[in-house]
Amino acid sequence: MILVLAEHRRGELRDVTFEMLSLAERISKESPMEIASLLLGGERGFIDKLKDFCDRIIFVDSPELKNYSPEPYLEAIKKAIDATSPKLIMISHSSFGMDLAPFLSEKLSLPLITDCVDVSLKEGRLATLRQIYGGKIFSEIRLKPYERYLVTVRPGTFEPEIREKRSASVMEIPFQAGTYKRRFLEYIEEKIEDIDISSADIIVSIGRGIGKPENIPIVQEFADEIGAVLACSRPVADKGWLPKSRQVGISGKTVKPKIYLALGISGSFQHQVGMKNSKTIIAVNKDPKAPIFNIAHYGVVADMFQVIPVLKEKLKK
Amino acid sequence: MNIILCVKQVPDVTEADIRIKKDGKDIEKEDLEMVINEWDNYAVEEAVRIKEKYGGKITVITLGDEESEDVLRRALAMGADEAIRIDEEGFEGSDPRGIALGLYHVIKDLPFDLILTGAQSADMGWAQVGVLLAGMLNIPYATLAVQIEIKDKKVIVKRELESNTFENVELPIPSLITIQSGINEPRYVSVLGIRRVRKLKIEEKFLDDLEIPPDKVGEKGSIIESMKLMPPPEGKGAEIIEGSIEEVCERLAQIIKEKGGL
Ligand SMILES: Cc1cc2nc3c(=O)[nH]c(=O)nc-3n(C[C@H](O)[C@H](O)[C@H](O)COP(=O)(O)OP(=O)(O)OC[C@H]3O[C@@H](n4cnc5c(N)ncnc54)[C@H](O)[C@@H]3O)c2cc1C
Ligand SMILES: Nc1ncnc2c1ncn2[C@@H]1O[C@H](COP(=O)(O)O)[C@@H](O)[C@H]1O
Repeated sequence: MILVLAEHRRGELRDVTFEMLSLAERISKESPMEIASLLLGGERGFIDKLKDFCDRIIFVDSPELKNYSPEPYLEAIKKAIDATSPKLIMISHSSFGMDLAPFLSEKLSLPLITDCVDVSLKEGRLATLRQIYGGKIFSEIRLKPYERYLVTVRPGTFEPEIREKRSASVMEIPFQAGTYKRRFLEYIEEKIEDIDISSADIIVSIGRGIGKPENIPIVQEFADEIGAVLACSRPVADKGWLPKSRQVGISGKTVKPKIYLALGISGSFQHQVGMKNSKTIIAVNKDPKAPIFNIAHYGVVADMFQVIPVLKEKLKK
Repeated sequence: MNIILCVKQVPDVTEADIRIKKDGKDIEKEDLEMVINEWDNYAVEEAVRIKEKYGGKITVITLGDEESEDVLRRALAMGADEAIRIDEEGFEGSDPRGIALGLYHVIKDLPFDLILTGAQSADMGWAQVGVLLAGMLNIPYATLAVQIEIKDKKVIVKRELESNTFENVELPIPSLITIQSGINEPRYVSVLGIRRVRKLKIEEKFLDDLEIPPDKVGEKGSIIESMKLMPPPEGKGAEIIEGSIEEVCERLAQIIKEKGGL
């Protein structure tokens, strides 16, 4: 069995759950296996949403599981594993899975590979594909034989669609909460005091390649000239060179402008998640091997500071 | 507040043309500059700020080769008090658990209130070692911290989630926290600053000192049987616009006008 840990937050199932279920379907084509969703806390309504995507839903309900915390989740997952004996457990490589998966791995002695962009099982052995060195190198991993494997799957990698509709049966496991050392307190949503970049038609986005804050006005003037909004990758916001609300990516904003012009951005997956659905992506980067060129429509291998003044002149006319 | 800090040295590959070694297991690192892992730099700064506020001692630890002393010296220059290097020999080919095990066997005998690590390493990107270490030490933890507040023997950690959302969680002391980038502004480290700490002693530990069964670490102890590195598969990829800057910009301007409806 493949056990997919459903991810939900604040009353919503997250897309990555269905992405993992679609990957599970593909794996089960090669090595026939049941697919189960494990739903911890969350709402009963989620069961209907998951039903078509799997053969079984294992539901563990308790107020302690409503908001994620590693200790009660460990107990509940242990119960689910004991009840179903899965070959493979899938969790998302999100802020949730990054927190939980290594803990499960340590406490339940589960061999773990994190941040997989592909997963397969052949004759009961796990193989995965990962990206390392900021996405510039791929790494194909074959694991030693184990009874059970744990993986975290990179969000936004698989289409959240399945080919064959299923009809899951529901199994409920009782749960008695214990006492825990880490306590969830509250969710916080940061207010946007700046402009909302997600509604812009043209975005000029700068990355670490901007070099220093003194260079920002050069790009700002260019953006103003063509009526574009200035956005950035994480390091620029981390350094406080632009407000956090301008950050594009998994932990920032998702944008879909007509044009996304990426200047000095390498194209890490966390950045791509936030901009890959832009209609036209243009990347300017000194490094011909920068991963951003894999998803851009047009690329220029050059120093952004040579390109911008000339491009500005051309667009003035 | 005694703090243990785990840092790692990584090659800077942002603009490098990476070459894969013949055996496909690693990249050629000779020509690459070795730097402190970005997330660990934020962790060092955070540790120093906590020390400045609450007092205590910072012990910085790395598991690596002799060259990786540089990241320890850098941390000392930023404000760490003591440094330990666990020699890499015997740990080559370890999975994240093997690395965590090495760190665990040194840390378990040290007094501490907090352990800080980076959220992930820039080279392999496992994002595992911190949490594994917490699990081994049997202490609570929180990952991806963008703010840490210490109040009456409790720590409130603001964790970064997706889409501009955060959560606050409460941890007792002792506990372990993994640091997300942007939590602070790391101070500048001058060459002079590093020179000033060059005489500070760095304690060295070797696998033999650590009572770790050697088959628990390195390739033997790893869950990985084989790892093959390769360049990214040729995808559709971008249409690369070539020519002089003039020509390139002419074409870019056309595209922007057309697709952007200018
Ligand atoms: C949990 C988590 C969440 C994250 N969330 C986000 C997120 O939401 N958004 C995000 O962006 N990142 C996020 N990151 C960080 C991400 O992993 C990368 O570190 C980051 O995206 C890299 O930003 P960059 O491309 O600007 O910098 P780098 O990777 O350093 O790339 C800089 C690029 O600039 C090029 N360059 C340098 N000088 C020039 C020049 N003069 N002209 C042209 N090109 C030049 C270089 O060749 C290089 O490709 C997250 C990380 C984690 C762990
Ligand atoms: N060899 C090492 N020595 C010391 N700390 C390490 C080492 N490897 C990883 N870490 C710590 O664990 C964090 C996460 O690394 P990783 O799990 O490899 O992505 C890093 O940011 C470091 O703080």
